[in-house]
Amino acid sequence: MKEKVKILDQEGINRVITRIAHEIIEKNKGIYGLCIVGIRNRGVYIARRIAEAIKKIEGIDIPTGALDITLYRDDLALASGQPLVRKTEIDFDINDKNLVLVDDVLYTGRTIRAALDALIDFGRPKTIQLAVLVDRGHRELPIRADFVGKNIPTSNKESVEVRLQDADGIDEVLIAERE
Amino acid sequence: MLWTKKDLLGLEQLTKEEINLILDTAESFKEVSTREIKKVPALRGKTAVNLFYEPSTRTRVSFEVAAKRLSADVINIAVETSSVRKGETLVDTGKNIQALKADIIIMRHSCSGAANILARNLNISVVNAGDGWHEHPTQALLDIFTLKEKLGKIEGLNVGIVGDIAHSRVARSNIWGLTKLGANVTLCAPKILLPVGIELTGAKTSSDIDEVLKEADAINVLRMQFERDEGAAFPEQLEYFKKFGITQERLARAKKNIVVMHPGPINRGIEMSSEVADGANSVILEQVTNGIAVRMAVLFLVSQAKDTKK
Repeated sequence: MKEKVKILDQEGINRVITRIAHEIIEKNKGIYGLCIVGIRNRGVYIARRIAEAIKKIEGIDIPTGALDITLYRDDLALASGQPLVRKTEIDFDINDKNLVLVDDVLYTGRTIRAALDALIDFGRPKTIQLAVLVDRGHRELPIRADFVGKNIPTSNKESVEVRLQDADGIDEVLIAERE
Repeated sequence: MLWTKKDLLGLEQLTKEEINLILDTAESFKEVSTREIKKVPALRGKTAVNLFYEPSTRTRVSFEVAAKRLSADVINIAVETSSVRKGETLVDTGKNIQALKADIIIMRHSCSGAANILARNLNISVVNAGDGWHEHPTQALLDIFTLKEKLGKIEGLNVGIVGDIAHSRVARSNIWGLTKLGANVTLCAPKILLPVGIELTGAKTSSDIDEVLKEADAINVLRMQFERDEGAAFPEQLEYFKKFGITQERLARAKKNIVVMHPGPINRGIEMSSEVADGANSVILEQVTNGIAVRMAVLFLVSQAKDTKK
């Protein structure tokens, strides 16, 4: 791994999350019927922080869940490594809700495709909206985000690393050249 | 931790880490059965064949439910009506199933080691659903999963396995699994049902159920397999119940939160009283529910292992 460039620090991430929280409230004209689901692993932490930010603004807890998409991956049969199956925890009804799906980095779109399939198995939300901390481009599927923390044009040779306080002990987003 | 084995034949060959990987994966799979749509696409396009040479309802159905919740196609072969009746050998049957491009064979057989023979001769996955008196790995895994769920850990627990140890593959798989995870296992049975040399597995033996109950955090009560009693030495049913049957009076002297397990089907009034089977300490039906998650994890892992080898 070559030299890393810091794109966002803790303050930057906090500002981005606060802005996304405001945008979610604005787009949905309030928080009625709103719920948030984060994609494992780091999407879950971002989802919780967005929910906290919304609570600061509106004073109400938004139902927040965690989604593991391993079993819905389109490369399950091809994967060279072996993905670990982790827990999905959505203990609220998503039918007729405005559901905000949250992930850390939007790249090819394949994770989001898998997540959409998984969510449909849980019910029929009124809308599914997508919030990501970083959009790095290079989509392979017709998928776009409704709420983007930061657009970072990257090359395929680069990797985007998101580190979060709750998972990694530090808040930062880095770009690094892959070997 | 990577899963590398294409088969699950028993717990004797598994490491502590491999057993824990199955248990952790099962924990994630448990949630699937609580959904409104109880199905994930993980094994879509795969075919699992239930090949049962011995009668079984609960294990076969549990595997079938597990495979279907993973979106695999399931084929049940009833051996009584198959070409096995015409003299086909086990390996030939297996090779024919492989030639049909099935991906997993789930087999129960009355001969110890049958799953092993099949696994050695085939490229596709073989999951042992019970072979003779040898092993029944998924039953032990679901027992251990349930125990861990109830008591939070396995290490250091005192677990009594009570009943027909001699003829029990459930007992053997439990002994391997529990001792590898650090539990203290005591086998409790009339002397004629304790096989010679069983202490070599690391388990203690006893013929006094009340002594075992004093220390036990959990007991796994095995079914008395009277159908296997073909004139062999076997205790008389009522006498067995008096000396080894789990009753409320006996449980009253045990630890208050003792976990009572039974692999089913229960002989009420022989291995345990109805009050115990339906009582607060019993986790018998939770075992059935957990069996699906454990078998989903096993089917998922063995099919992943095969894929990584290609």
